[in-house]
Amino acid sequence: MFYRENGQFKTSYRADQQIFPIAQDRIVILAFLAVAFVLVPMLASDYFYRAILIPLVIMSMAALGVNILVGYCGQISLGSGAFMAVGAYGAFNFFVRFPGMPLIPALVLGGLCATFFGILFGLPSLRVKGLYLAVATLAAQFFSDWMFLRIKWFTNNSDSGSVSVNNLQVLGLPIESAMSKYLFCLGLLVVVALLAKNLVRGAIGREWMAIRDMDVAASVIGIRPMYAKLSAFAVSSFIVGMAGALWAFVHLGSWEPAAFSVEVSFRLLFMVIIGGLGSIMGAFFGAAFIVVLPIFLNQFLPALFGLFGMEISTAGLSHAELMIFGALIVWFLIVEPHGLAKLWSTAKQKLRVWPFPH
Amino acid sequence: MAFFLETLIGGLMAGMLYSLVALGFVLIFKASGVFNFAQGAMVLFAALAMARFAEWIPKWTGIENMLVANLAAFIIAGAIMFVCAWVIERLVLRHLVNQEGATLLMATLGITYFMEGLGQTLFGSDIYKIDVGMPKEPVFLFESMFEGGVLVNKEDVIAAAIAAALVVLLSLFFQKTGTGRALRAVADDHQAAQSIGIPLNRIWVIVWCVAGVVALVAGMIWGSKLGVQFSLTTVALRALPVVILGGLTSVPGAIIGGLIIGVGEKLSEVYLGPFVGGGIEIWFAYVLALVFLLFRPQGLFGEKIIDRV
Repeated sequence: MFYRENGQFKTSYRADQQIFPIAQDRIVILAFLAVAFVLVPMLASDYFYRAILIPLVIMSMAALGVNILVGYCGQISLGSGAFMAVGAYGAFNFFVRFPGMPLIPALVLGGLCATFFGILFGLPSLRVKGLYLAVATLAAQFFSDWMFLRIKWFTNNSDSGSVSVNNLQVLGLPIESAMSKYLFCLGLLVVVALLAKNLVRGAIGREWMAIRDMDVAASVIGIRPMYAKLSAFAVSSFIVGMAGALWAFVHLGSWEPAAFSVEVSFRLLFMVIIGGLGSIMGAFFGAAFIVVLPIFLNQFLPALFGLFGMEISTAGLSHAELMIFGALIVWFLIVEPHGLAKLWSTAKQKLRVWPFPH
Repeated sequence: MAFFLETLIGGLMAGMLYSLVALGFVLIFKASGVFNFAQGAMVLFAALAMARFAEWIPKWTGIENMLVANLAAFIIAGAIMFVCAWVIERLVLRHLVNQEGATLLMATLGITYFMEGLGQTLFGSDIYKIDVGMPKEPVFLFESMFEGGVLVNKEDVIAAAIAAALVVLLSLFFQKTGTGRALRAVADDHQAAQSIGIPLNRIWVIVWCVAGVVALVAGMIWGSKLGVQFSLTTVALRALPVVILGGLTSVPGAIIGGLIIGVGEKLSEVYLGPFVGGGIEIWFAYVLALVFLLFRPQGLFGEKIIDRV
């Protein structure tokens, strides 16, 4: 009833091939963008920006990158934290060592460093598959943990590998206030999301999906596995690296290697799987779920215990959070193994046939 | 030479301990196709249970005998692991039959978080001791052959012996008993096994139980070496390269892989470490495993992977 494509006739190939061929989709997306760019900055408080919005936007970008590799190309990766770290430290080196380097080129160069790193550690994927590959990508994770802690050149000779940046500005505008940070990240996210969306519906995206669904069959019909897999690693680690650089530069300001530990890799994979494998939309949902849930639990649990007149210690709180986080993830995987994106498409289908469901 | 031998033996001992943890991974993967990330959390959980009950039992019952207390704690911890296995099968695995590997992997990560939280809520989050009376003092071997002899930790030798005994026991269990045969059948093909009347759910409970007991033994040994604390969970991450090196489906592979990784780690740390700044143990194991994988993608002893369109 509300969401219906009939009556929308396409009279040119151009109209037929646009990203959102259905008018309702275009309206919803535009509304979303308007809310994100206009309404949110009018309402959000400083805490809301720093605790939720900025992490959410950056993690969405990282999840988008991981989703290209895991969701579209089917190569399970537990090394995303390492790609983020390489992006962050790469951008840092360009930013510090070349005086006057503008922010955006530094971020892109950081992403390119991550691309190189990603291709290097993507090479095993040509021989190794599935769970073996997942463990193999952990090598990237531990290698980068060690590299940024021990090789002083990368961290500009700081002792514990902790570095910091300041005086960020884009085109002469300072990125200091929470709102400007948010808008900057959001702008980059929109560009990257558009890029990713176009890539996955193009020829290369179809190659990735063919490799994911059955790599032997894909190579039989003439898709080069090496090219497809390595390009997925390259694109994914570029996006993840950019997100890592943003996370470090904009969100953290000063950071150390532990900021990109294996825990980050796990969380990114959670985002992708809970959001929905092989869905751009899913990356956003997943990131929202994983970013907001701990904050929500942190606020909600003491209140809940207070309701029963119980005090809960800080340690007890963090353990309870761990338990609920774990249990919710398992519950979620059982109830909806295809992720939040699947719920979204189910809702769309319901809207399409309403009020006559048969 | 003596120093080299010392490092080598130290590596072999550490390798036995890694393979003990790796064994847990292999058992569960063989029988249910689940790559169980929760093995590390299980080690921590079991070790915490054992440490705390060994502390509580003398307090509650007034029995001061350490052996009795430790034995009782071991049995109670084993029973707890059994309950865990049953609950995991009932609440998680049963609902995730036929899901993709990645989904199952994430589910075990969820279990990991849950068990870490639960273990520390129930048993506390300080550092605890497990004292099963293992001798701590080092001994010197081959004193006649080298000047000063070779320094070996007695505790390590006992731990390695326990690990070896456990492996023999498990191999016998897998090869000789009816249940073991059923387990191998399930590992080969879920559907075929089910169609000839093997109860899949019960088999899974048994496998998770066995993995729980292996985790308990691993936790006991690691715990008495390092103290029972949260960092025990990282033992699982150390054992992962062992598993993929040896092959996900092979029990002997876990042992040999453990020995190779243990020796490789120690030798690289001692002879290569000083040139690159030290601390290379962790990633060296992974890179070593990776290099092996490039030549044998199924691991050293894994079943050959055959692709069909």
